[in-house]
Amino acid sequence: MFAADGRGDAPQPPFLRRLRKTSRAVFDAVGLPTTAHEEWRHTNIAPIARTHFAAAEPADADVAGHLLGECAAAEAVCVNGYWRPRLSRMSALPPGVLLVSLREAIDGSATPVHEFLGRLAQLEDRPFVAWNTSDFADGVLLYMRRGTRLDRPVHLLFLGAAGDVPVVYHPRVLIVAEEDVEASIVETYAGNGSASHLCNAVSEIFIGAGSRVDHYRMQREPAGAFHISATGVELREGASFVSHSLSQGARISRNELEVFLRGSGASATLNGLVMAGGEQLADNHTLLSHEKPGCYSHELYKHVLDGRATGVFKGKILVHQGAQKTDSRQTSKTLLLSDSATMHSQPALEIYADDVKCTHGSTTGPVDEEAVFYLRSRGLGLEAARHLLTYAFAADITRRIRVEAVRRRIEDDLASQQGLPLDLRITDAGQHDDAAL
Amino acid sequence: MALLEIRNLHAGVKDREILKGVDLTIDTGEVHAIMGKNGSGKSTLVQVLMGRDTYQVTAGEVLYKGRNLFDLSTEERAREGIFLAFQYPVEIPGVSTSYFLKAAVNAVRKHRGLPELDAAAFLRLVKEKMKLLQMDPAFLNRAINEGFSGGEKKRNEVFQMAVMEPTLALMDETDSGLDIDALRIVAGGANSMRGPDRAILVVTHYQRLLEYIVPDRVHVMLDGRIVKSGGRELAIELEKRGYDWVEKEAAALV
Repeated sequence: MFAADGRGDAPQPPFLRRLRKTSRAVFDAVGLPTTAHEEWRHTNIAPIARTHFAAAEPADADVAGHLLGECAAAEAVCVNGYWRPRLSRMSALPPGVLLVSLREAIDGSATPVHEFLGRLAQLEDRPFVAWNTSDFADGVLLYMRRGTRLDRPVHLLFLGAAGDVPVVYHPRVLIVAEEDVEASIVETYAGNGSASHLCNAVSEIFIGAGSRVDHYRMQREPAGAFHISATGVELREGASFVSHSLSQGARISRNELEVFLRGSGASATLNGLVMAGGEQLADNHTLLSHEKPGCYSHELYKHVLDGRATGVFKGKILVHQGAQKTDSRQTSKTLLLSDSATMHSQPALEIYADDVKCTHGSTTGPVDEEAVFYLRSRGLGLEAARHLLTYAFAADITRRIRVEAVRRRIEDDLASQQGLPLDLRITDAGQHDDAAL
Repeated sequence: MALLEIRNLHAGVKDREILKGVDLTIDTGEVHAIMGKNGSGKSTLVQVLMGRDTYQVTAGEVLYKGRNLFDLSTEERAREGIFLAFQYPVEIPGVSTSYFLKAAVNAVRKHRGLPELDAAAFLRLVKEKMKLLQMDPAFLNRAINEGFSGGEKKRNEVFQMAVMEPTLALMDETDSGLDIDALRIVAGGANSMRGPDRAILVVTHYQRLLEYIVPDRVHVMLDGRIVKSGGRELAIELEKRGYDWVEKEAAALV
């Protein structure tokens, strides 16, 4: 049912051959999860399991409408999981930044890829990660040397090209920031056309001491697509990571985001926005693993669910023994626009240290009637009031986006979905704290 | 024909009646105050007038400009010139105050067959009103009421009232949570709106606000009814003697 490694006979360095072999063994042994599996209880991927996906072939695609343009320092494009240099733009990168095809980097010796690849994307019990690691054709390496400061984001764009048959591809991203790096990175997952594809992405992000990485993940897949992703992040001493996960597309989507705070004083902020309607199923599983003292993490995930959509959020906070003075806050808020939409929200706290502050909260409900009344009392119609409040609910996340082009794209989508003009946004980006609460 | 005529109005929630036969007539050019203890029904009255649907009207009628008020939705009432300054204004993160206010002003203008204000004309209008309420123009780009102090929210309500230029302004406990300086500013804003084409109904627990917004008529509300009406001297008497004597008087009449 699944294509074997379609990479051809190109020679691979021994470390990769070993990694792929182990991964294939895990994938073959475990198979795709069913709802009997605790971590997939509310996420029925039967439509994926019963589809025959061919391995995607190299292709070109229309990138217009997907690129960020001049507001990005560089844009790397992969189509069907294959690096596309002619569609990419690398010119404006400062020295100290390497942005290359992952396969090229693996084959070359300029960077120690083998020290990083596969270290955060753990295979155990994770068949999709195993499948990616076994089968990825190519991907992107972004390597930033000590002291690098990027004043504009790097955009990594992964497109699926329409075909006649369903295809699977496995984008693979490796991001390494050495010490004292400042960078923002946008990963976009999208596609052209309506053919169903399965995008099974894995990203690993290593953030060195004192570095700050802002990470944007835009999932804008076509309506018929399936999107599965796993992102692993490691933070060293005093490092900070700000994640914005923005999910709009795909019939079924599942994002796993695991953040390992492995240096004291590190901080992670996870902001998430899911907008789903129709029959969409959108799942986000996050892990904040506090392994050293004095780290903090703030997490805010918001779902806007319409039609018969289903949202799943599981936020796990794991505080290891010795991770004293941990400060971790998690909030999940869901707006239900229809009686047929369903939300499953589940916090999971595991705490093995005694001097910590951990809180979580979850709310799910329709549009606040008090707020609707307030807006109507100022002359706005009922529908306009509901649309405005829906926009406002989501904009609470989007306004934290510091990359103007990303923020505009998401807010414009949101406004047009709600039938609102585009001039309602607040134009004080960056004035708000990153903090989710 | 008076601007607002309330006749024997009964309203409440589920099985509990809160308004038990309110009679009140307000004409343009007048400022009325309703005073009363917490729970007397005065906030319910203004919310019912604005169309809050958590309250059901069970009897009586309200005529606004001679029309049955209950034929109009909340937004239609707003477009017809009724404004309620909320006791607890709602915070709406994510939407700028300027967008919201422009949408509100233009909804009213459209209803009245007037052309929509463009950005420049709108800005001129709000800047003038902001000066009146001594507000920082940066506030226009802030989210609606978000992170505002209680006093800022109230000031924002009166600012919006000034921009909307209602025919009937209902002010629900606008004085609560205000320090004396803010109270002066807010009252100044309200006073600037007094005029022959407009009526203002102030609901308050304390007489303090009425030192600044001097009413033409004062009404005492008790257990869902207006039990006593008088001139501004009634407010002063209430401040001195409390509400007990009114209660006793009302009880004696039954």
